[in-house]
Amino acid sequence: MKKLINQYPSKPVRLFLGLLPFVLLLFVYVIASEARLAENPNDKLLPSLSSIADAIDRMALKPSKRSGEYLFWQDTYNSLKRLCIGVGISALLALSVGVLMGAVPYFRAKFSPLVTAISLVPPMAILPILFIIFGLGELSKVVLIVIGITPFITRDVYQRVMEIPNEQIIKAQTLGANTWQIIVRVILPQVMPRLLAAVRLSLGAAWLFLIAAEAIAATDGLGYRIFLVRRYLAMDVILPYVIWITFLAFVIDYLIRQVSHKTYPWFHALENNREGK
Amino acid sequence: MHNKLLTGALLGFTLLLGACSEKVAETKSSTASAPAAAVAETPKFKVCWSIYVGWMPWDFGAQQGIVKKWADKYGIEIEVTQINDYIESINQYTAGAYDGCTMTNMDALTIPAAGGVDSTALIVGDFSNGNDGVVLKDKSALADIKGQTVNLVELSVSHYLLARGLESVGLSEQDVKVVNISDADMVAAYSTSDVTSVVTWNPLLSEITAMPSANKVYDSSNIPGEIIDLMVVNTKTLTDNPNFGKALVGAWYEIMDIMGASDEAGLAARTSMGIASGTNLAGFDAQLTSTQMFYQPDHAVAFVNSDKLKTTMQYVAEFSFDHGILGEGATDANYIGVETPSGIYGDAENVKFRFNPNYMQMAAEGSL
Repeated sequence: MKKLINQYPSKPVRLFLGLLPFVLLLFVYVIASEARLAENPNDKLLPSLSSIADAIDRMALKPSKRSGEYLFWQDTYNSLKRLCIGVGISALLALSVGVLMGAVPYFRAKFSPLVTAISLVPPMAILPILFIIFGLGELSKVVLIVIGITPFITRDVYQRVMEIPNEQIIKAQTLGANTWQIIVRVILPQVMPRLLAAVRLSLGAAWLFLIAAEAIAATDGLGYRIFLVRRYLAMDVILPYVIWITFLAFVIDYLIRQVSHKTYPWFHALENNREGK
Repeated sequence: MHNKLLTGALLGFTLLLGACSEKVAETKSSTASAPAAAVAETPKFKVCWSIYVGWMPWDFGAQQGIVKKWADKYGIEIEVTQINDYIESINQYTAGAYDGCTMTNMDALTIPAAGGVDSTALIVGDFSNGNDGVVLKDKSALADIKGQTVNLVELSVSHYLLARGLESVGLSEQDVKVVNISDADMVAAYSTSDVTSVVTWNPLLSEITAMPSANKVYDSSNIPGEIIDLMVVNTKTLTDNPNFGKALVGAWYEIMDIMGASDEAGLAARTSMGIASGTNLAGFDAQLTSTQMFYQPDHAVAFVNSDKLKTTMQYVAEFSFDHGILGEGATDANYIGVETPSGIYGDAENVKFRFNPNYMQMAAEGSL
């Protein structure tokens, strides 16, 4: 008989095993919710699935009574916009600074201590200062994300540039490449998939900063809505929003991974080699 | 990624489950031990409070052993807990973790009552008489607020105050743009150049009005008696254990006697309350001047018995319904019944919020 560590589940079994915990969780939730609702039919802490469905219907499928907008989609649009702008700016900044730091010793000397120091400042701690400088509008929310994740991605990009074998750089020089050509033709293509990987890893933090910024001052957004309805314990709205945020985070992560696979197959071939596949 | 998702979901559900199983366990143990408790154990009750000028007496009473003294008198135990986040304290009470909690009349209606927790306003401690205010930068009339962006804690009493203020000058919420902002960041926000208007409460309000360009254009003294600060307890707990109510009310008015006096003990009491709320005696006394405290139980009883209370609760219910915070099944502002001595506002079949002056009456008669 095959050893347990060598037995692989077939595809349908794998799917079943993957879904099982979710089904179990749902089951446990329903039982717990029913137990509480039996005691108090208006209980807000663990709403029934039907009242969650009602809340989704109210937020996503019907225009708001007050503003005539579909709150759920408006929140999603605005949050995603902030997140994408914030992460986009961070990625661009990190790529430029990281590559320059890695490739040009003069930049390295100048920026390395600064980037390290900035990356150690907890962004939430300087929030009141950010307000005073950038105001309470969209800008401060994007800035919070940028300050929060750029140093991390920059340091990662810088490390990856430093890992590029010196032989490649020397070879390019013997072939007559100048600094710009080396950066664009040798360093950049090798760093891009690593940048995408770093962005994927920092998405969790980006969401955290987005929600935190929206909780503090906003008129819309996923984080805003959660903190607003928290005032009256509307778990029927909060739970779907949390699941939706998780789902969005998963989709964004998946999309970036797909882009990386399509654009830099050689990089993932390397990854797979390492895993022995 | 699956793992991440799963861990997150697991964590969330475990937390929820923890919250609910605690509740289930609690009810089980209380039903199981109820007959035994009557014989041997002293019944235990938990109340919570959060920092606000009108609720600081609870801290003082707990520190000085006044609450314990009254609990001992009625053979019960009362644990008094401070919770730093006001809304969280109400949520905890609504979820069943506490038997009583300090809150305003509006929050009592929209959180526990709308959440199906039948609640009783046991003690009417004070009403805001200038403690909540609308502030405009460089403008001096409330009507100037038209077209401005107003920063406030949305769906709070500040929001209610703004709505009442706008009504008084013939405007509506459509004429301004409301931005939700956390109370913790209110003062910092006001000092930024793009914020021209805020609605907030003390001590933040006095902090902001002290700035040179700030003008308070409307405050709760324009709507006296509408923002009421209460000690709210679970109606069922109170009905089953009248001693709980008696002990709390007895302790409260003993604290009021000490605090309201201008002698040395009164000064010492107010000093310690001031320090506990992050200011000093002068700061605390300044806040008290815009708070209409009911030092005498008969004043609170008269306030609760007046017809105006019913009208106030109607305003509050209508505001809450218009902003969709009266609960899932609410079809109109009358959905939840509010019982006051002068009659019930709303649905008499669904009374979830009660003003009960009986215990304060006992204090007034000196029969506690």
